Amino acid sequence: MKALVYITPKEGILDPQGLTVGKALRNLGMKQVADVRIGKYVEIDLPKTKRKKAEEITKQACDRLLANPNIEAYRFEIVEDG
Amino acid sequence: MRFAILVFPASNCDHDAYHAVRHVLGEEGVFVWHNETSLDGFDAVIIPGGFSYGDYLRSGAIARFSPIMEAVRGFVEDGKPVIGICNGFQILVEAGLLPGALISNQSLRFVSKMVYLKPESNSSLFTKNLDCSQTYRMPIAHQAGNYVVGPAELEKLEQHGQVAFRYATPDGEIIPEANPNGSVANIAGVLNRGKNVLGLMPHPERAAEATVGSDDGLAIFRSIAGYD
Repeated sequence: MKALVYITPKEGILDPQGLTVGKALRNLGMKQVADVRIGKYVEIDLPKTKRKKAEEITKQACDRLLANPNIEAYRFEIVEDG
Repeated sequence: MRFAILVFPASNCDHDAYHAVRHVLGEEGVFVWHNETSLDGFDAVIIPGGFSYGDYLRSGAIARFSPIMEAVRGFVEDGKPVIGICNGFQILVEAGLLPGALISNQSLRFVSKMVYLKPESNSSLFTKNLDCSQTYRMPIAHQAGNYVVGPAELEKLEQHGQVAFRYATPDGEIIPEANPNGSVANIAGVLNRGKNVLGLMPHPERAAEATVGSDDGLAIFRSIAGYD
């Protein structure tokens, strides 16, 4: 299995990178661009792991290390390899 | 007094801290490698600045799992003083030993300059030699020193006197112009509820001698060491 993890700044947490990139996109003429939020994308290979176990491990990985609950939210998908 | 100065891979202010403690203050300083598991025999812990583990993932996020951090947790529970400076502050918030989080500076730039700090109170063991009507000049040098905490949590910090220092003008005015990184309420340093853990982004150890431009930081180390 493979875990695809998306980590984003929590609602209400200032995202200076996102603000700057949003401004740059509007400067490029994309006037429709409103908020931009920049986060992290993490892929975790979990070979020979059943889906339920993979979910359990990924959740633990997010809670213990990958995301800081004070400032970040996360979601993930578990997909088949290949 | 015997200070433990923790050393992580890519700590780089450990020797400045040692110099301040050993040569300026005249106390004992011992480097403690992050793979050690005991802090027996120490009276205070300094978690120095640097870029532990290359700031991978988030500043301080990996270092908090170093073996020595379990001993730090016990040290804190015993009520002994722990001071985290810059990256040390980041490690302490990641470890949950201090509230809040430190994110990228609002400017997205690395900021290296002298700032002025206003102590909020001198009731903690770190600040008892400080004069709250004065400002203290010391350097900052960081990319992620923007202190964030939710509004409810901020109110609690203020209520319990956990805000230790704020960025101020030389005259002690707390205004947005004096805020170098976007920190909420100009916060430069915070204490835990038990007031025996202090984290701050500015570097008192780099302002311990007039010859390097300021000795204002020394008052913090003198307070920890119990000097009058």
